Amino acid sequence: MKSYRRPVPNTLWLSRRPYILFIIRELTAVFVGAYCVLLLFFIYKLGKGLEAYQGMLDALKSPLSIILHLIALAFAIYHSVTWFNLTPKIMVLQIGEERVPAFLIAGANFAAWLGLSVILAWVIIGV
Amino acid sequence: MEETIELEIFRYRPDQEDRPTFQTYEIPFRKDWVVLDAINYIKDQIDGTLSYRWSCRMGVCGSCGMMVNGVPKLTCATFLKDYYPDKIRVEPLAGFPVERDLVIVMDDFIHKLKEIKPWIIRREGEEKPIEEGEYLQSPAELAEYKQYSMCINCMLCYAACPVYALDNTFVGPAAIALAQRYNMDSRDQGREQREEIIASNEGIWECTFVGECSVACPKSVDPAGAIQRAKVGSTIDWYKDLLMPWGGKKR
Repeated sequence: MKSYRRPVPNTLWLSRRPYILFIIRELTAVFVGAYCVLLLFFIYKLGKGLEAYQGMLDALKSPLSIILHLIALAFAIYHSVTWFNLTPKIMVLQIGEERVPAFLIAGANFAAWLGLSVILAWVIIGV
Repeated sequence: MEETIELEIFRYRPDQEDRPTFQTYEIPFRKDWVVLDAINYIKDQIDGTLSYRWSCRMGVCGSCGMMVNGVPKLTCATFLKDYYPDKIRVEPLAGFPVERDLVIVMDDFIHKLKEIKPWIIRREGEEKPIEEGEYLQSPAELAEYKQYSMCINCMLCYAACPVYALDNTFVGPAAIALAQRYNMDSRDQGREQREEIIASNEGIWECTFVGECSVACPKSVDPAGAIQRAKVGSTIDWYKDLLMPWGGKKR
């Protein structure tokens, strides 16, 4: 008797909420990657001299650039939060018979994130 | 008047039809009924031709897994009252070929389970003679792998996995979790042998960490976690090989 294989639609990723949230997490990598390219471009402009660098700084102050930054920021935050929440699955620490609770492992990541962000903010704004 | 609920059930009768259809049944609604009770009622009272697997009715045997409104569930633990008064759609587990109605073909899964060698392997010459007694294990050593040993082979994790749906060559969540169960067992020395399958292209690296396998698991095995930990292990192996090509004892 022949078995039936159900077709898998290309829109499988949109068929359930958890899949959509997953595919958004995957998509965030594009924004994080694009921002890295932007930072490299920054260094390139700096190498071209102060004037070129200043020109780029001015361009970044345009409303369009600010909107793009906000979008990239939103995706970067989603990326970080979703990954940090997954760390307890990957980093399993066992002390004796007990596992270190998931919230402590994820919490340590969030604490490190906050700490580093504060230091960065201090470097950028404070100096 | 008696309250009723509708079940829309996937039908596939290969002797009669080439394509599946859906058939709707109206049955009495009872608060203490699970979806499996409803299907049993249909089989007994309305339509004896309906085919499905079930056995224990108490979340132990792992036979009654089905898609309930598109989500993989053990139907013995899925209450009608959580859906009432809406219609409930019941389909065979996603990702597998359908044999008949709600019965899937599980050959691929069984093959994969065997492939990862789910038994304790000792290196040649390191097997203890029976007279010397059992291999002892501390509670802490047991705790290392116990979670991964709770699998009941219900295949809900495969049905939850979009990667498996798209590419059936993927070794898949339960099989990898089971491999990890033996790899982390202090009595076992077979990790290297299992790595041939686990660290292959069809193994852990197919997994994109959607994580739904662990959500679907009725026994909290956390196959997604097992797979990610296996990735960490394989990555460490790779770096060890790179940095110390003269070798060292593999874990």
